[in-house]
Parts: sequence; C-alpha cells; structure tokens
Amino acid sequence: MAERPEDLNLPNAVITRIIKEALPDGVNISKEARSAISRAASVFVLYATSCANNFAMKGKRKTLNASDVLSAMEEMEFQRFIVPLKEALEAYRREQKGKKEASEQKKKDKDKKTDSEEQDKNRDEDNDEDEERLEEEEQNEEEEVDN
Amino acid sequence: MADVTVGKDKCGEQRLVSLPLSRIRVIMKSSPEVSSINQEALVLTAKATELFVQCLATHSYRHGTGKEKKALTYSDLANAAEESETFQFLADILPKKILASKYMKMLKEKREEEDENDDEESGNDEAEA
Repeated sequence: MAERPEDLNLPNAVITRIIKEALPDGVNISKEARSAISRAASVFVLYATSCANNFAMKGKRKTLNASDVLSAMEEMEFQRFIVPLKEALEAYRREQKGKKEASEQKKKDKDKKTDSEEQDKNRDEDNDEDEERLEEEEQNEEEEVDN
Repeated sequence: MADVTVGKDKCGEQRLVSLPLSRIRVIMKSSPEVSSINQEALVLTAKATELFVQCLATHSYRHGTGKEKKALTYSDLANAAEESETFQFLADILPKKILASKYMKMLKEKREEEDENDDEESGNDEAEA
C-alpha cells in the first residue's frame, strides 16, 4: 500500500498536549521521550486493531465493531480503559442521535424560512460598513486642518 | 466528564477525542487482515490510544529517575517497557540505550564466542537475520 511513513504517525502537537495534561505541571518532556511515546501510540493502535480483528473473525464478521475493540482491551490487559471507553461510547451514541434529530429539525425550519428574509439582512450589513468608512475619513480631514 | 477532551477534525465532529480519526483509520487499515472498520470502533480506538498515551506517560514518570528533576526522559520510557508487563509489547521499539563502548565490548565478546563454536564445528558461519 502506498502509505508514506509520516501517515502512520500521530500529530506531535496533539500527543504533546495529551502528555502534558497527564503529567504534573512544570514537568519537562524531552523531544526523544515525546517521539518515543508517539511511536508507542502507533504500535498500540496496530496491536489493538489486530487483537480486535481476531474477535471479529471469531464472530465471522468482516467489520470491526465497538465490542471487538472492548474485547481487545481486555485481552491486552488494559481493563482499566474499559469503563471510560464505555462512557465515551455512550456519549458518542447520544451525540449521534442528537445530530440526527437536529438535522431533521433544521430541514423543517428551512422550509418555513423565506429567501427574501436573508437578502434584507445582507443589505443592512453593507450600509453599516459604509457609514464607518465615512466617519473615519471625516476625522482625518479635521486632523490635517489643525496641523 | 472530566476526561472528555474537546477537539475537532475536518468535519467538526468527534468532540470526544483529540486525535484525528482519519489518521487513526490509516494506521488501522495498514493492518493486512482488516477489511472494514465501523465508525464506533474507530472512535473507541482513538479514545483508547489517548488513554494509553496518558497511562504510558504517567507510569514512566512515576517509576522513572527523571522525577527528581521534574522531567520525563527516553530512558524512563525504555525502563517502563522492559520492567512493566503491561508495556512489554513496546520493548522492541523502545530499547534501552547503552554506551557505545559497552556495545562494542558486547559485540567483541559475541564474536569470540562464535569463533569458539566455529572451531568445534566445521560448518559455515550463518549471518543472523
């Protein structure tokens, strides 16, 4: 597959932020340590994916799903992640549900709103800008006269 | 939730994770046996990776020698990989560092050992993979 090496790395800025938030204030993280953690994170993804895939194959499925990932964590002895992951999953599902409902609501609202309403709004904004420019010019003229 | 981090990717979704899902997906797909990945699995893997980074950083710091100097160094991480069962899978990519002189000495000793073995057998030296 045509993946460039950097594609398999995670962005430095985000990794650094996560590390900083986890450690006490004022702790210095060497560049080497940061890069090592980043590599470790990529290896973790591969390991977790491979493990999760085994569970999917056991269930005769071709698509990895949430429970495969959770089972993988158990297998890899990262049980401590399971509760926060389940919470994140719940939050994600609620968010998806909320988005779906919101977009359905938006559709209904859009049908009610007319186009001319939006045109009026644009004209008003243009007028405001012109007024501001005129005021500035007047001020400049006054200053010159004083000099 | 205290551990819910805010971050956005191109689509403005995924406020539950900071790591970019697109990149996580690329890494996951580089695994040959994987066919497809459901969106929830992707989100959970990203979240798990964040937890992992936090876990590795704090563990290495707490057990490391950098603590007195308020610093996290590479050797703290290499030590964690070697000594902790949980992080054993990282041992190959986070090898401990040794002085060059020590390494040269080790190489020399190894060669001497192999020479002794050669004297006993009459076979060829096979290069190690």
